[in-house]
Amino acid sequence: MTRHSLDFHPALRVLHWLIALAVLAMLFIGVGMVSTAGPLYPALLALHRPIGIVILVLVLIRLPLRLATGAPALPHNLAPLQKRIAAGSHILLYAAMIGMPLIGWAMLSAGSYPVLVVNGFTLPPILPHDLALYALLREAHTVVALLFFALILGHLAAALAHGLVRRDGVLRSMTLGHATAQPIEKTAASPASYDDAVDPVTVSVDKRTRVASDDA
Amino acid sequence: MSSDRRVPIGPFALIGAIILLLLAAFAWAAGWIGRQRINGGDVIAALDYNGGKHAGYRRAHAKGLCFSGTFAANGAGAALSVAQAFARGSYPVIGRFSIAGGNPLAGDGRNVFHSMALLLNTPDGQQWRMAMDHTPIFPVADVASFVALQRATRPDAETGKPDPAVMEPFLAAHPEVKAFQDYMAKAVLPDSFANATYYSINAFGFTDRTGTARLVRWQFVPEATLTGLDKASLDQLPRDYLFREMIARTAKGSSRWRLQLVVANVGDVTDKATVAWTGPHRTIDAGTLTIRAVSPEEAGACRDLNFDPTILPVGIGLSDDPLLAARSKSYSSSFSRRAAEGAGPSAAGEHLRVETAR
Repeated sequence: MTRHSLDFHPALRVLHWLIALAVLAMLFIGVGMVSTAGPLYPALLALHRPIGIVILVLVLIRLPLRLATGAPALPHNLAPLQKRIAAGSHILLYAAMIGMPLIGWAMLSAGSYPVLVVNGFTLPPILPHDLALYALLREAHTVVALLFFALILGHLAAALAHGLVRRDGVLRSMTLGHATAQPIEKTAASPASYDDAVDPVTVSVDKRTRVASDDA
Repeated sequence: MSSDRRVPIGPFALIGAIILLLLAAFAWAAGWIGRQRINGGDVIAALDYNGGKHAGYRRAHAKGLCFSGTFAANGAGAALSVAQAFARGSYPVIGRFSIAGGNPLAGDGRNVFHSMALLLNTPDGQQWRMAMDHTPIFPVADVASFVALQRATRPDAETGKPDPAVMEPFLAAHPEVKAFQDYMAKAVLPDSFANATYYSINAFGFTDRTGTARLVRWQFVPEATLTGLDKASLDQLPRDYLFREMIARTAKGSSRWRLQLVVANVGDVTDKATVAWTGPHRTIDAGTLTIRAVSPEEAGACRDLNFDPTILPVGIGLSDDPLLAARSKSYSSSFSRRAAEGAGPSAAGEHLRVETAR
């Protein structure tokens, strides 16, 4: 085990950034394609569906991995309300990541559109043909997308505040990680003192104070 | 923040700048800021402006009749495209006859598009949707001109005709619309949905099994002989003449069309639906469309479908014609709106109710 308890599992970190890139691209493609009746519309639409399905697949790998490997504890000096907001926003982010592709898929099904992914590969409908349902889901796809983008901006601002203002190692836990960024410390300290600490919070506070300059 | 160090302005400013930059980029992508774009809603607004808003109906070609039948491919089309629809065999189709305009109860005595929409299913799970008109050309080549056309041709409340003060400068700026009007004035206006030729309007990219790509327009040529309505007495035609004629005709027997695939010659205009392809062309007869049953939209399978002509099987793709994107987006906007509004009764459905009550 090279994973440090202060960091997310390396696979989770890779998935996080892959999905972050794909989701941001999707939100921009989505609002872009509905903004025009020009030739960009079919071109963006042809990207929108496969990327959406890729996100769904990636997040369905990521969620069980996240549940199995857990998340590093937030700094003990973070206000309880902030911790609750962090936990809640992460649940909402997962809900949006899973929900948006499913709403899109369901919406196309209810509109009796072929759910064309790429090059003739179509997915089966997941809802019956029903225009009222289509209208509802079409609206939901837009509303949830805008809320998702707002949530992402909040998530990004909070992550940057951890990294640039608080410098508490929270941002690093989803980027390079502490173990790889601090090879000297790793050899200096016994691994047991991180992973098997009786009071990991105390250990991490001490550590996070020292790694702080790294996030700047 | 529980940090007891001084509040760092620099990092906060940086974070704020990053968030604002993303917000601005998003607003630009969405078209909320920056250069004005024409979207589907703008096309719908222009159509509603022209013909009045008819909630619950297609914003164009609102008056329609569903049909079902088969397409029997003879295999010859496989020379142009790998689409399964061209492999020898018989494939189910559903579709919709319609007449131009946003009013679902408008009279049939108008010199406007008579149209056929088709949805062809093949066993490989793919779909080919088509939306065709009885003219080989379209009045405009791009979405901006389409919006301008709808605005310019709004009928005056008193005369029922477009305002000449608006129309004259519009036609001067759009010779292609003038050419289309001249064509429509001379062309035979079919007196039945069954004897009209229906054209693909746009060119599409066909790809054969060797990967060779060709630009193709197609047409469904009727077995029935074309006869026209008397254009001088169109206002005396019963309101639903064409629809009742097609219902009565189909009760007696089926109607047939040959699908002809027309391959572009070098030099043919492929990105402007306003320009016809003239002279000899390589033309392939790909099979026979047979329509066996018609039904009002209330009872048929066509009403709740979007006949988006960009829904294509592998082997058929878009061309460089920008009108295809405009049609796709506009149809989608129309579809979403009427889905939310809830469907209303159709003209053909009214007759059905009267006849059932009898």
